[in-house]
Amino acid sequence: MKVLVSVKRVIDYNVRIQVKPDGSGVVTDGVKMSMNPFDEIAMEEAVRLKEKGKVTEIIAVTLGGAKNEETLRTALAFGADRAVHVKEEGEIQPLTAARALAAVVKKEGAQLLLTGKQAIDDDANQTGQMTAALLDVAQATFASKIEIEGSKATVTREVDAGLETLEVDLPAVITTDLRLNEPRYLKLPDIMKAKKKPIETVSLADLGVSPAAGLKTVTTTPPPKRSKGVMVKTVDELVAALKAKGLVS
Amino acid sequence: MSESTPVERDVMEYDVLVVGAGPAGLSAAIRLKQLNPELGVCVVEKGAEVGAHILSGAVFEPRALDELLPGWQADGAPLKTAVKRDDVYFFTSALKAIRMPGFLVPKPMHNEGNWIISLGKLVRWLGTQAEGLGVEIYPGFAAQSAIIEDGVVKGVTLSDMGVNREGERKPDFAPGMELRAKYTLFAEGCRGHIGKQLIRQYQLDQGRDPQHYGIGIKELWRVPAAQHEPGLVVHGAGWPLDLLGTDALGGSFLYHLEDQQVAVGLIVDLSYTNPYLSPFDEFQRFKHHPKIAQYLQGGERLSYGARALVKGGLNALPKLVFAGGALIGCDAGTLNYAKIKGSHCAMKSGMLAAEAAAEAIAEGRAGDELSAYTRKFEASWLYEELKASRNFGVWLHKFGALIGGAINWVEQNLFKGRFGWTVHDLKLDHASLKPAAVSSKPSYPKPDGKLSFDKLSSVFLSSTNHEEDQPAHLRLADPSLPIARNLPLYDEPAQRYCPAGVYEVVGEGSARRFQINAQNCVHCKTCDIKDPSQNITWVAPEGGGGPGYAAM
Repeated sequence: MKVLVSVKRVIDYNVRIQVKPDGSGVVTDGVKMSMNPFDEIAMEEAVRLKEKGKVTEIIAVTLGGAKNEETLRTALAFGADRAVHVKEEGEIQPLTAARALAAVVKKEGAQLLLTGKQAIDDDANQTGQMTAALLDVAQATFASKIEIEGSKATVTREVDAGLETLEVDLPAVITTDLRLNEPRYLKLPDIMKAKKKPIETVSLADLGVSPAAGLKTVTTTPPPKRSKGVMVKTVDELVAALKAKGLVS
Repeated sequence: MSESTPVERDVMEYDVLVVGAGPAGLSAAIRLKQLNPELGVCVVEKGAEVGAHILSGAVFEPRALDELLPGWQADGAPLKTAVKRDDVYFFTSALKAIRMPGFLVPKPMHNEGNWIISLGKLVRWLGTQAEGLGVEIYPGFAAQSAIIEDGVVKGVTLSDMGVNREGERKPDFAPGMELRAKYTLFAEGCRGHIGKQLIRQYQLDQGRDPQHYGIGIKELWRVPAAQHEPGLVVHGAGWPLDLLGTDALGGSFLYHLEDQQVAVGLIVDLSYTNPYLSPFDEFQRFKHHPKIAQYLQGGERLSYGARALVKGGLNALPKLVFAGGALIGCDAGTLNYAKIKGSHCAMKSGMLAAEAAAEAIAEGRAGDELSAYTRKFEASWLYEELKASRNFGVWLHKFGALIGGAINWVEQNLFKGRFGWTVHDLKLDHASLKPAAVSSKPSYPKPDGKLSFDKLSSVFLSSTNHEEDQPAHLRLADPSLPIARNLPLYDEPAQRYCPAGVYEVVGEGSARRFQINAQNCVHCKTCDIKDPSQNITWVAPEGGGGPGYAAM
């Protein structure tokens, strides 16, 4: 069984985000980029499925500019067998990504698309779901446990009320949540080997995909600064302060 | 399993291995590939990416870059802001300053033809150039120790990943690889932890003056457009440090870069004598000086960081070579303190070592001493400029910024750097502290949250991160010394000289203990240098840990 893992290049989770002074976006110049952590979890899960003999080939895929090759090299170091780079220098909206991923899934004949439940840069949480819809296949989102048996996958999801277990027919799209696994350290020999693994480059046009333009970023602003707190001595003072702010009546 | 159980390590062999992807290491790697594209050249870097641990002022002299990559301008090197004006001030008090007329400024301090840059951005660009030439760069992997066999350096062992705080192996344990090479060039920067061991083991500092250091603390600001003068360089001596005295020396800088950015910083010589002195707090109050505040007011602080710098110059420069390798850049100590610049020196030293290594390999040699590097160095412009300013730091240490600076002016401007005398400074930085009992506590003002800030919110801006569950990478030879000796004698100065709040004395009375918050460490190495008991050893943490500087 072939599994496709979609990985996105995002600003590293550890970077303090700076908004550009003109509000046109966030500063990425000189900023550390890495693989979306939820996609790392998807990558790790694919490797574990392969180690268990459930998967025969792992193909990593990414969408974006030339530098995205680094992210694919990371995926190859994790254990992907080969990679597909959908090269697009412009902005990529979730629907564009979904269309491209659906096209790659079809082209490769993958039985399973694994991807993070969302990317930490835009937190859109849409791509996996839209891809499943475009492919007209089953979807299981926010997976915290995945088991594959024959042509079915059993997926445990974290939902507000607790854990929900779904059984889905393959092919399917599964999006991964934080507690599914802990991604391994990349070993230097694997990073060295990854440099030699093949990456195929295609364009959106090659895939017959037209970019979506439904969303427009109007402005980007930093979150408001936390204002100084006030110390109160008694419950009465607290209630009075809350009333003064109109928070209780 | 414990730390001591032997492990099977993967081994990779190269022609030349470079430890550290800074200006020296990357220049060496680039030069090697230029001289012989067939050479296998590998660079390891402890930062999570190239540039993540780089911090410098920086006014950059392009001489070495011109030689290394003459097409740098067309190839998009991030040199964007040419120096337009040089202001030098003597800060006489918290409110007053005297501007030095141009003719009184020592020659090495003139910056015509230089650029105001982010060294972090420049090394990222150098990294791309190196990779384009086929250099293999592996960031996120820290060299832990040199492999020495029969007295010959054969390469390095990388640090293990996945060891917990108690030194036990976690399920994801990954042993560090052995990287071996015909020659290994060490480019770890100031007080490199392997460089320090090599200097000791091969007695490279025999017959040289003791090395001297400073700590540089820097912030990057975005300032209102009306206060921004791209190309303006402001240097200062004096307040909050000494102008006439020699107890607390150093200097300040403020550079206007592109995009409304201003870099501001203070360098404090680690020969300071008052154990209560806090370089961090000196820097915070320095920004309130009207000559500095006028540029920063209403601005936003973008980043914070600190790094020790090596400033002993030629007199303290160790022997550069040993069997199987060499020290390059600040790992050796090639910075020119009279110019307050080290990047061009580091690059040049890397290029010279690379030339010597490439020649040796072409002759079929391996693992011997690259004495050609020393010869090339002594015949280079780098040696000439270090020789001309060899006395600068010593005069300052002996006579203070004003008088020492005046003697330097005579040497540089009247003698044009050609004079016969050499002065020596034999006092060790870690031995310079006076007892707390005879020292007075400076009263540092509370940070106002606009120009000055506390330590923790500052460290936050350095994007520093370490995997929490790993052994502390700051090792105490004797864990009892901080409380038993340093505290009564010097009020444990680590609490103050550390710019990242790593060291704390917590608890009361007999329950007092020394706490090491290793995950805060910005890898500046000041503790390794200044601890009066020389009890703290900085070792490499798990690769990828440390600060995450974007453009410092």
